[in-house]
Amino acid sequence: MTTTDGPRTVNRRKFIGYLLGGATVVAAADLGMFARGATADAGELPTLPQPAEIADLSDLLTLAAAPTSQLITVTINDDGTASFELPRAEVGQGITTAAAMLIAEELDLPLDKVHVTLAPARPELLYNQITGGSNTIHAMYTPIRVAAAVAKGALLQAAATVLGDSANKLTSHLGHIVAPDGRRVDYGRLSALAAKEQPEAVEVQLKDEGSHGVVGTPVNRIDALDAVTGTKRFATDLDVTDALPTMVCRAPTLNGTPNAVHNADEVRDMPGVTHVATVPTGVAVRASTFGQCIDAVRALDVSWNDGPVAGMSDEDALAGVRAAEGPVPALPAGETVSGDFTFWFRSNSAMDTNSAVADVREGRAEIWASLKNPNVAQGRIAEALGIPLNNVTVHVVQGGGSFGRRLFDEPAIEAARISHAMGVPVKLMWHRADDARVGRTHPLATSRIRACYSGDTVLGFQQAHTSIETDFRHGLGDIITAKAADLPAGLGNLPFAQVIFHLTTILPYDFGAVGQSLVETDTRFNTSSMRNIYSPDVRTANELIVDQLAQRMGTDPLEFRLSHLRNGRLRTALETAAEKAEWGKELPEGMAQGIGVHVEYKGVTACIMEIDCRPETVNRKVRNAVTGPRVTKATMVIDCGRAINPRGVEAQMQGCVNDGIAMTLTSSLHLRDGHFQEASWDNYFYTRQWNTPPELDVVVLESTEPPGGVGEAGVAASAAAAACAYARATGTMPTEFPINHQTLSFDPKPYTPPVPQSPTDGLDHTY
Amino acid sequence: MPEQTFIVNGERVTVEVEDNVRVLWVLRDLLGVTGPKYGCGINVCKACTSHINGKAFNPCAVQVGDLSADDEVTTIEGLPAQASEGARGQHGLHPMQEAWLERDVVQCGYCQPGQIMAAVALVRKVRDEGRTITDADLDGIRNICRCGTYTRIREAIRDGETRM
Ligand code: FES
Ligand code: FES
Repeated sequence: MTTTDGPRTVNRRKFIGYLLGGATVVAAADLGMFARGATADAGELPTLPQPAEIADLSDLLTLAAAPTSQLITVTINDDGTASFELPRAEVGQGITTAAAMLIAEELDLPLDKVHVTLAPARPELLYNQITGGSNTIHAMYTPIRVAAAVAKGALLQAAATVLGDSANKLTSHLGHIVAPDGRRVDYGRLSALAAKEQPEAVEVQLKDEGSHGVVGTPVNRIDALDAVTGTKRFATDLDVTDALPTMVCRAPTLNGTPNAVHNADEVRDMPGVTHVATVPTGVAVRASTFGQCIDAVRALDVSWNDGPVAGMSDEDALAGVRAAEGPVPALPAGETVSGDFTFWFRSNSAMDTNSAVADVREGRAEIWASLKNPNVAQGRIAEALGIPLNNVTVHVVQGGGSFGRRLFDEPAIEAARISHAMGVPVKLMWHRADDARVGRTHPLATSRIRACYSGDTVLGFQQAHTSIETDFRHGLGDIITAKAADLPAGLGNLPFAQVIFHLTTILPYDFGAVGQSLVETDTRFNTSSMRNIYSPDVRTANELIVDQLAQRMGTDPLEFRLSHLRNGRLRTALETAAEKAEWGKELPEGMAQGIGVHVEYKGVTACIMEIDCRPETVNRKVRNAVTGPRVTKATMVIDCGRAINPRGVEAQMQGCVNDGIAMTLTSSLHLRDGHFQEASWDNYFYTRQWNTPPELDVVVLESTEPPGGVGEAGVAASAAAAACAYARATGTMPTEFPINHQTLSFDPKPYTPPVPQSPTDGLDHTY
Repeated sequence: MPEQTFIVNGERVTVEVEDNVRVLWVLRDLLGVTGPKYGCGINVCKACTSHINGKAFNPCAVQVGDLSADDEVTTIEGLPAQASEGARGQHGLHPMQEAWLERDVVQCGYCQPGQIMAAVALVRKVRDEGRTITDADLDGIRNICRCGTYTRIREAIRDGETRM
């Protein structure tokens, strides 16, 4: 990796940055320089087919080729604060805080004087603007520091003139440059003096990592105050003139399309309603309030064309996957352990439903949405509206969760089409029912494993994973590779899926002849990466078989793993987890511990969960809820390399634990009659307070390795630990996930009308 | 169009809108009070949790016509003013908000206004019952957090309880 270069304490490299011309200090680093090195080194990019024709491709390439195209900049403002536009999406994972910490560290500025906002779509950044694979910090760690260091250097130079001392005698202290005799001048005053008329390249050395005082310390999120006071703005909170509430009436089968609207005039006359318009995905209504949109959506009388999975159920989708399964490769002779696991559809719906504000008028489009691939969105919107790329402005708004969903841009495109059709600005919000039913899913998959052993040696381990296609048509974050992934019949998507599968699903054990394969089939569903993509399913299947092997050999699951691990960092993590969780402690009948480990995102995780499967726990009652087995304690240990913000890492691990528990125990979608039945958070059983572990310990290990990703890192180990604990507590290895999928634990809401009416009895339920 | 009058965060407001529009939309879409969030519209997710006359309620499930001129709606924006000046913390906020900051509960933040409003009501409720928060009380909180911040929510509520 050239984004980082090992223990910098020993060998501090010099970097090239830039000072740009302007009224204040604008310091820059070349993202392209770092990213190019990183990708070439890792060889992580699939070979792509030639991009399909797209409008404005030549414009885009011209933009991208400009010498300043790949620059990220840190600006010193005249009030002494620093500003940075992060070319990524903040969706809760904490990257704005981490970026601010890097800048505060290198600039020696208090954290609250660093303002980090989200950059709008910058098509010239190409694939340097995708937020995915928990890679932000890994990719930005060096460039952000370089830009900040350049700014600091310029401030020192300017201070030397003001203070009449040579720059190398000066020091900095929290926003001031200080002379040896104690005289000081603040950054705000220096910013204009340090400004350059002409851009110039500068060589900088970064602060020694060993002397970091902000980076590596636990820090609270920079947006927490806004969030707890209700002033943090999500897409639907934006006040864009005339962008009235807008919703879409959708088909009773997944991806069905409108055929005819029979009462558009009547609906247009309903209270508050201003517009009704048909778009490819349904019939849109715009009104003074979202409540009136709901009334209008429910009143619409529409005939629909069936969607591509009309009439189908889960079992049919599974049969399709089964039919696509290839053979599990042959193994050397020996005793065999095997397993055949089913992972049902899961939803990556966030709390903040799909939403976007769009103003499309007179051949120009302005869009506001939470987008992890704003460049792709910009290109697709241009294409959908038939207008030049340069006429489309895409603002990236803070997202209320993503879990992979905001890699795609359907709300932005839908809002653009609606605004275009109505000729007025719109604030589009998907109803929860739509978000759960029509929004993207983690695809249904099977995983078959065969392992063989002789004595206490594992001779081979083969895994054949077969899945409904995972959609990677967002490409690498730019419209060119997105178009390549868009080639017909999944041809383009396939290389992405294969590369991602093989890069992420590493088996961390010495198991002889190891092989893992992926087959994907069926492109009719709305799928996407979901937090940690393939790994939770793949690793759950792996770890259950690992426990089977240990049992056959009469070895303790922890001992067995420790003696077969190939990774020293993982060994340390697992040993730490075992000690913290008191592995092997006495537990009553019906309770047990289980282990899951994982290697991904340049780091390792080890999780131990303790589960209670005793009848009095399993059968506890909570209204409109799934209870079932309770994870009573979870211990998660992560080595993510150098942790920028250990408190943020801990938060992400807590979230990952809850995701893993949901994936294994409670949450799935049920396809019936060509549509998913879940339309509410009381239908789709994500972990709730009555499911979450009352005891949850996270250990963030100290590490000198380069910073890795954390947002998704803990899901696989958590899902696997929950499954292994359940198997050990009940004495039966579960073979489908979540384990409760065969029981439908709610009364499905109707498909027509597509959204439920809001209740009116709220005042009877106050407390 | 009917006129609707009630009190929001200490201020009496009058809005022209039909009786059946739910209070959540009156707050968000007509009054620009966007602290209460939409997460379901059917009184399930609790992201919209606010207070009416000091008790937690879900404005997505109440028609504005059912409010009277003296009904006091408090949203997250009005919560700090519910604490006496002396009880407010270092950021000038309600003790529960301060506890939330101290514990760095928030991830994406979308559910958190509702979580905080629910937490304040829960503490008041158990206090009225002459007791303190138990694990069972925490287990019974229905507010969903898709980011999975439950552990820190539990810690912050216990902390906030001692500060309140
Ligand atoms: S929006 Fe009111 S409870 Fe979900
Ligand atoms: S903090 Fe994201 S939903 Fe709770």
